[in-house]
Amino acid sequence: MGKLSPRHAVVDSNMCVACGTCADVCPTGAMEIVSGVFAKPIEEKCVGCGMCAKECPASAIRVEVRS
Amino acid sequence: MKKQQRHWYHYLWIWSIIYFSLGFVNILFAWLGLISFCLPLIFAIGGGNKLFCNRYCDRGQFLRVMGSQVGLSLRREMPEWMKGKAFRYGFMVFFFAMFFNIIYVSWLVGSEIQGIQEAVTVLWTFQLPWNWTYSVGITPWVAQFAFGLYSLMLTSEIIAIVAMLIYKPRSWCVFCPMGTLTQTICKAKYVPTAK
Repeated sequence: MGKLSPRHAVVDSNMCVACGTCADVCPTGAMEIVSGVFAKPIEEKCVGCGMCAKECPASAIRVEVRS
Repeated sequence: MKKQQRHWYHYLWIWSIIYFSLGFVNILFAWLGLISFCLPLIFAIGGGNKLFCNRYCDRGQFLRVMGSQVGLSLRREMPEWMKGKAFRYGFMVFFFAMFFNIIYVSWLVGSEIQGIQEAVTVLWTFQLPWNWTYSVGITPWVAQFAFGLYSLMLTSEIIAIVAMLIYKPRSWCVFCPMGTLTQTICKAKYVPTAK
């Protein structure tokens, strides 16, 4: 497994409307919609660029420093 | 960053323009709007997913193209109450009540209790004459349903565009009645898997 980026996207599944905007704009294909319920980043692919957070209409995504 | 590969479904936003243009010529084309009602439900009930919203929604794509690519969106943050469950579910109930009212009015016209209204009603209030799209000879209830469905589709499109202009491009998706309904179905079907 490659090295994880220092920042990553975090999804508030209660706020997420599973519209797929994040998956649509993600430049690394790191967002998947889990069973039409909420979006979930694929940690190995997420580079924490924040494109998903910028476009999310429900403001359900934020970018955090990995713990 | 690599550029995303384009697929045929990335151009489905054109369907939004075609649909409303066709309804301007002949109101019977409004029946095609039922695709936007049936397909999301087929995906949600049959597949337990929101693939329609995620990939095939012409309106969602139209809003993204106009808001992001053309740059028409002011990209303001949506008020919290608009993202809340009360508004989302409330709007869904209201929207489907209006949809069932269309079916009821079509039934009244079909039963000859009420005459056909050759008009499109925008925002459930303003009646626009639309009589050139209807010719005598069409079964009245078929035409009445088409007028009603076109009114509902046009109304929701106007709301979606206004939301796109003020807030983020796909803000409509937050309170889209079909999106809310299909997410509710998907939640009911969802079984979390342990990792």
